This record gives sequence, C-alpha cells and structure tokens, in this order.
Amino acid sequence: MSSAAEGPTPYALETVDVRKHFGGVHAVDGLSIGIPRGEITCVVGPNGSGKSTLINLLSGMLPLDGGLVVVDGVRLRVVKPHETPGLGVTRTFQDVRLFDQITVWDNIMVVLTERRLLPSLFERPRPGQRERTEQILRNVGMWEKRRSLAMDLSYGQRKLLEIGRAMALNVNTYLFDEPFAGLFPQMLERVKEIMRQMRSEGRTILFISHNMDIVRELSDHLIVMDSGRLLTEGDAEEVLAQPEVIEAYLGV
Amino acid sequence: MFTGSRRLPGLKRSVRDPGAFIRLARSNLELWANLVIIAWAVTFAILQGTGFAITLGTVFAIWAILAVSLNLVVGFTGLLSVGHIGFFGIGAYTVAVLTSNASYEQLRTEAIPTFGWPFFAALPVGVVLAGLTAVAVGVVFNRFRDDIFVLVSFGFAIICFNVFLNARAVTRGAFGIHEVAKPQIGGWVFDDELSFLALAVVFLLVVVLLSWFIVTSSFGRVLTAIREDERATEVFGYQVTHYKLTVWVLSAMMAAAAGGLFASWTTFIDPNSFVLLESILLVSIVILGGLATIWGSLLGAMTFVLLEEGMRFVPGLPDQYVGQARQVVLGVLLVLLMLFRPQGLLGRYRL
Repeated sequence: MSSAAEGPTPYALETVDVRKHFGGVHAVDGLSIGIPRGEITCVVGPNGSGKSTLINLLSGMLPLDGGLVVVDGVRLRVVKPHETPGLGVTRTFQDVRLFDQITVWDNIMVVLTERRLLPSLFERPRPGQRERTEQILRNVGMWEKRRSLAMDLSYGQRKLLEIGRAMALNVNTYLFDEPFAGLFPQMLERVKEIMRQMRSEGRTILFISHNMDIVRELSDHLIVMDSGRLLTEGDAEEVLAQPEVIEAYLGV
Repeated sequence: MFTGSRRLPGLKRSVRDPGAFIRLARSNLELWANLVIIAWAVTFAILQGTGFAITLGTVFAIWAILAVSLNLVVGFTGLLSVGHIGFFGIGAYTVAVLTSNASYEQLRTEAIPTFGWPFFAALPVGVVLAGLTAVAVGVVFNRFRDDIFVLVSFGFAIICFNVFLNARAVTRGAFGIHEVAKPQIGGWVFDDELSFLALAVVFLLVVVLLSWFIVTSSFGRVLTAIREDERATEVFGYQVTHYKLTVWVLSAMMAAAAGGLFASWTTFIDPNSFVLLESILLVSIVILGGLATIWGSLLGAMTFVLLEEGMRFVPGLPDQYVGQARQVVLGVLLVLLMLFRPQGLLGRYRL
C-alpha cells in the first residue's frame, strides 16, 4: 500500500521515554523505539525484560507512568484501550484471552459490530458481517468449528482464533504477544503465512518471540530489550550479526 | 432455545446403538426439564382447580419478570447481583405510596401523605425512579467485578430494606401501606384475579420480548463478551462501562415494573417482602433455570412457584413447616444442580 508509506513519519508506532514501574521494579525504563510502517518488527529479550509490558502500554491495557506513545504522528500521554482500534492498533495476548463461553463465530462477530451503544441495540448480523466472519474463519482454518464454544478448542486453535479475531479488526498495526508459543509446526507455518500476508497488505506488525529461527525468518526490524531498557535496535540482519547480541541473548 | 431439530440425527443413531440412546437421553436433559415442568404445572392446575391456578399464574408472572430481568445482568453480563430485590421494592413502594387512599386515623399510627394516583400513572414514576437509582448506584458499582460485585450488591439490598423500614414518613415503616390501587383503564378495573393475571402476563410478555430484543442484538453479544473478558472487550473498541450501566438500568426498570404489579396485586406491602432472602431466592431461580437463557428463567420461575405452593400438599407435612420446607428443598436442589449441572437446567453459561 503506497499510501501507508506516505504517512507523517516512517514509523507506525513510536515510544518516547516510556516508563512503567510495578512497585520498585522498573518494567519499562525510559524506552524510546520506533516501529517501522509496513514491516515486521520483533521484540526479543530475556524473561522479565519488559516485552509484554511494552505491548500492554502500547495497547492501553496498562497506564503509562511517563513518556509518550506516538501513533501515526499523534502524540499520546494516555492510551485508552477502547480507543486503540480507532488509532489503528490491536493486539493478541500472551495468555490467549478469547471470549470462552460464546461460540467461535460470535468471537469474530463481536469485533465487527457497531461500537455506538444505541445503534448496536438495533443491529442484527448483516450479510457483509457474516461474509467477513466466514472469510476470517476460513483464513485461520476454523470455519468447521464455528459452532463450538471457544473454550472447547485446543490450545493451538485458540491461538489461531485469537489472531483471527485481531485480523477481523481491520487496522494498520498489530501487536502479537508470543504468537508462536506452544504451536504445532503446521500451525506455526499458518501463523507465519498470515503475518507475511498482512505485511504484503502494507500492515505493520510487532511481535514477541523466543524462537530465534522464526525471528530470523520473519523480522525486518529487531528490537532487543533488557531490564526494561533498549539494548539495541535496527535492521534484523545487522542486529543479529552483532556479537554481544548473539552472546548475551540468542545463546548461539 | 429448543434444540430438538438439531438432535434428530442422534435419535436415528440411537435405534442401532443403545449406548447412544442413553447419551441422547442425557444430552436432552433440557427437553426433559421442559416437559416435566410443564406437565407438572398442568397437573397442578387440574388438581387444584382454576382459581388456584390463576393465583399461581400471577405469582409466576411476577417472579418470571424478576428472573428474566436479573438474568440480563447475571447471565448475559456476568455481574452476579444479589441486590435486585431493591429495585423491585422501589417500584412497589412508589406505586403503593402514590396510589394508596387509606386513611390512617383509625390505625393510630403515623399517617403518610396520600396522593390517590391511578396505577398506570404511578407505575412509570416507579420505573423511572428505579432507573435513576440504578444509574446512581451503577456508576459506583461499575468499578467492581466478580466477588466484590456480589458484596456491594448485597450492600445495596440491605440499604434498600432499611430505607423501606425506617423512612416512616413515606413508607410507614413496619406497618406497611394498605389499599394500594388496582390497575384501571378507563372504566375497566383489574380487580378480579383473572383480569389481573391477564395484565401480569402482558407485562411478562413485554419484558420477555424486550429482553429477547436486547440479547439477540449486537449489544447483547457485546454483553456476553464483557462477561467473558472485560479488558479484552475494551481493547476491541467497546466502552464496557456504558454497556454494563445500560443493561443494569434496563434490568432495574423491569424489576420495578414487577414491583408495581406486585404491590397492586397484594394491595398491601411491608418491608418483609423485600428482604435479602427474597433476593437470594431470586438469584437461585435464575441459576436453577439457567444463566444466559430467557426461556430458562421462565422455567426456573415456574419450578420455584410450583415448589413453593406444591409443598402445601405434601402429605404428612404440618402446615407450620411448609414455609421452611420449601426453602430447604430449593436449597438442596441448588446444591445438587451445582454438583451435577452448574449451568442450570437450560444454561448457556457457567459461573
């Protein structure tokens, strides 16, 4: 999408000196990064280095203790979770958070419906919404399961459905918190395929992973974090070639 | 709600495989529950005569309105409220105060102002008053979730009861309010049991249709999403507090309508009808029938009424124990249900 590249900055998302502490622990400590538009960015770092906290801050799930989040050039001190779709951002969760006791179909449908309260009372599923739901469910291979409750799916299926739910929200920037953790190789390929497809549509992806093979394979841009700080950032291949990164975090 | 057609293939298979038949019978518990309870109701009506059946029908309609409205909050939105009886009381007291014409001079108790309004003028006031109370309470309650929500709604029920009991200048406290007016449209007064039943059923029908309209809409789907994961629902662009507040207020208004109906039906109310126990019984009815199903709430209310009145006719049970016995039976039923079928008879959601 050429229009996406003509935005005010080359970054879909930026953070400026973002801080978050839990008690005395500085989970994110003065982090300033940029997530390039239309590329796949990966965040790596040891456990507890603030990767998930970063996604929680970007999606408004946690309030910022300091700093700014810049979305498409718009500077925000407060990110409200219900406003993130309007800003063009959505996410998945590390501990898959689906709407368990409703059907797979409803899990997708709920993302497509009216956001204004009063009109939503009078809205029933429209043909366009039904088609989109079917398209999404077929894309993640879950169409046959549409009548099951989300809680009855296997872990891998739940992971895929959650990605599908994020896809249903047609936005520019996707934050995936460990989308590959615990996936069967076949499903892993499917998620990779979905992410590549999203990139080819000009969308921006930020994901967290500990699987270095996948990181090498997928990411264009790499952010390495440690103890809430930025260790290094840059073109994936260049960063992966840095000896200190290899030594300290990639364990090669 | 009825799943008969979807289960037909299972019926065919069961002809060849006896094991499948047992599984089918078990999976059709919903069907059995429907059949047994309706058959029970019909038998009861035939045995006890129409007069009794009409009275029971009205009691059922009032409980059913309460159960259906509470299910919107508990079953669909996942907010376990035990304070619903408070809104029921607000509706009942508003109608009672506004319509009562009793002269209290002979009663040697404090007099309260009489307004002598007609029922249909007082009822909307009660409904709106309950709605406004729900807005005020809901804004605060929106901060709470899960078990904390149970506790604060518990507090609300207690506060309501104490207001009814102690605001004597308005409610006459423990003396109660007499001579609540019967509904009247033009010259037609609903003063006999049959016409009142018809009115109550119309009310119930309106509440059921309204609830059905809510839960089948996109709004209703968002409610179930909020029930499952409030924070995640928010990330997808919904201001969950608005949704929770809206359904809370609508539910409170329905309960108030039931309250007005109740006050007019009994013509006398005192705070004892609005104690916490009634609220707990109401929650039991909703859970018994099943969470997140409107038909289940109707079935739950029916079961409760049949149980309550049916205990009178248990041979060998002295009259003075009937009241306690029905609570014991309901309690045992709930424990069994939680053990073997936590989603209730027709439930779509487990607590």
